[in-house]
Amino acid sequence: MSETTTAKHVSFLEYKGKYKGILGWIFSTDHKRVGLLYLYTMLVFFSIAAILGLLMKIQLIAPGYTIMGPQTYNSMFTVHGIIMIFIIVVPGLPAVFGNFFLPLMIGAKDVAFPRLNLASWWIYIIGILVVLSSQFLGGWPDTGWTFYAPYSFRTPANVLPALFGAFILGFSSILTGINFVVTIHRMRAPGMTWLKMPLFPWTLYATAWIQVLATPVIGITLLLTVMERVLGVGVFDPALGGDPILYQHLFWIYSHPAVYIMILPGMGAISEILPVFSRKSIYGYKAIVLSSLAIAFVGYFVWGHHMFTSGMSGRALYAFSFLTFLVAIPSAIKVFNWVATIHKGSLNLQTPFYWATSFIFVFMIGGLTGLVLGSLATNVHVHDTHFVVAHFHFIVFGGTGYAFMAALHYWFPKMFGRMYDASWANIGWATFFGGFLTLYLPMFALGLQGMPRRYYDYLPEFHTGNIISSLGAILMIAGALIVITNLVRSSRHGEKVTGKNPWGGRTLEWESDTPPTLENWDEIPKVTEGPYDYK
Amino acid sequence: MEKHEEHTAHVHRDDEGDKLGMWLFIFTELLLFGMLFLMYAVYRHKNPEAFLLGGEELDVFIGTFNTVILLISSATVAMSITAIQRGNKKQALVLLGITLFIAVLFLVNKYFEWGAKIEYGFYPGSDLLHELGHGTTLFFGLYYIMSGIHALHILIGIGLFIYVVWQIRRDKIHSTDYVWLENTGLYWHLVDLIWIFLFPLFYLIH
Ligand SMILES: [Cu+2]
Repeated sequence: MSETTTAKHVSFLEYKGKYKGILGWIFSTDHKRVGLLYLYTMLVFFSIAAILGLLMKIQLIAPGYTIMGPQTYNSMFTVHGIIMIFIIVVPGLPAVFGNFFLPLMIGAKDVAFPRLNLASWWIYIIGILVVLSSQFLGGWPDTGWTFYAPYSFRTPANVLPALFGAFILGFSSILTGINFVVTIHRMRAPGMTWLKMPLFPWTLYATAWIQVLATPVIGITLLLTVMERVLGVGVFDPALGGDPILYQHLFWIYSHPAVYIMILPGMGAISEILPVFSRKSIYGYKAIVLSSLAIAFVGYFVWGHHMFTSGMSGRALYAFSFLTFLVAIPSAIKVFNWVATIHKGSLNLQTPFYWATSFIFVFMIGGLTGLVLGSLATNVHVHDTHFVVAHFHFIVFGGTGYAFMAALHYWFPKMFGRMYDASWANIGWATFFGGFLTLYLPMFALGLQGMPRRYYDYLPEFHTGNIISSLGAILMIAGALIVITNLVRSSRHGEKVTGKNPWGGRTLEWESDTPPTLENWDEIPKVTEGPYDYK
Repeated sequence: MEKHEEHTAHVHRDDEGDKLGMWLFIFTELLLFGMLFLMYAVYRHKNPEAFLLGGEELDVFIGTFNTVILLISSATVAMSITAIQRGNKKQALVLLGITLFIAVLFLVNKYFEWGAKIEYGFYPGSDLLHELGHGTTLFFGLYYIMSGIHALHILIGIGLFIYVVWQIRRDKIHSTDYVWLENTGLYWHLVDLIWIFLFPLFYLIH
């Protein structure tokens, strides 16, 4: 290719290939551009889904009809869930930072299958369009993101586009997973043995295996639900002899491991950030590697904890409860490692560090309340209440979301060649963090008092908690606005970063140009040291 | 130090990596069908008699015929890879032609088989199935789903073979670069393998 020679030392942002303007982005197979395409897409849809969330919290600020009725509310939590889960947090860190930084961190020029990588993004966009088309084809679905049988094929609302769109999004996820496994196996730089690989690629590796081995299960389940709705084949329909509980099993066989698709790469990003800002090697590198693989493995066998009240044999209940406790151990090991990494470090208090440490805090609350849900007796009490909603927002939003923000601030100078405005970033973080806790902590109390989830209305005794929670939501959205505005502004007007390594990180991506060139390296680097050698 | 590299990241070639990717894809397919087999097991366990009777309704002759030709096609694909390795383009094309013909024949048989069943009144939502009850409804529901998704895979296989034949004719696939053919072959063996399980489960267990 003639482009090769001109590509030298021109940043990937300015590089001009066969296509110009926006076409040069949406048809680019450069892993960095693909990563940014995902980032921009997610930014748009995160904003939409966050607004839906805010509207729901405003509805709940007082009992009864505030701004919407029950049907609208049902549609809102359904679409909020579908967008947040399938479009934001499942692709999440792998699609954005995995694409951008995996090749850089292992010293490769691109992923193993660049064209397939671009295709994943296109499939992702098609999936999104199909999901959203429901709005124009008879209205939003009202089943919740879980599409439980038999309601998902009985409801008059239009569920088909959402089911089919989520099915298509699954393909995108699988292809990314395949791409990353092959990339990590085949394209590590000379000298980068498995145990010299940084932790973010390690968690991407564990995640990619889950994407490959779990996503087909949700794929076939959604497809069967489509067939059930269109043809009435009977497999999930009790009226035809089918078993709706079987639907729940199949759904959670994917959707529990999916929780680890969401959180593992976040854990990896946190493991990158803490050593850099503590000026210290990560504590227990191998323990983090092994616990990531253990999470990926044990995570397959705990799905039943979503169904403790659905009807299962006593023996199955004990087994699932026991395994759920087991899977908490590797996560706890990681928390221990992170805290030990910070311990006695020379801390550099920057925004990524704030996001990372607040990640540990919210992740621990999410994890410990997960144990409340994982033990049988307490589960029966809080099942399907606001307690559950608070718990998974602490994990999925608190965990993945904070890790995402930490990673975005951390790698921002490398991605855009500019620095974010630090004081606005810190103000945004503080506002967001305060709002987040005010929003979700009262939900635990509401759940314990017995307020069910997924209702647009509630009894008067739950009023106080809901007022606090709704005000928290407004504060949190304000924080998110500050953070996002600051980042968008800084990506264009922020102070230029010319040095390769503004934070003094020791992993390979900091040895590339800022921003990286089209092919990342003139010469593939040779690796001789471990990734976190701080001296 | 080399100033002009020959390979950009875009034309990076790694046959081993390509095959690894294909194997990972095959894992996803196995899990997808694995869940269907799981459902089959659950519902057969719940409705043993209806599944027994359902199996008797299916045409063992067509089933056996399709199994045999599909096995032959797996062999012809494998042989075409050997032919390409030896640089015998013409032989490879003939063998792939046979494979393509068999794939189409399989679908033609499937069409007549399904057509006959539907004419009889065995289809989801039919009065006949309603009369025969839950077990038979589930048997035929699973039969259409599983053999239908399998047929879809045959169809995709046909597309892949047409692409591979085209690439061989343009000499894009040849004796030193044939990973596309190998991967298509892997995929075809998977499609074959799944049928090897579908066939006894639906047609033979009486
Ligand atoms: Cu779970």
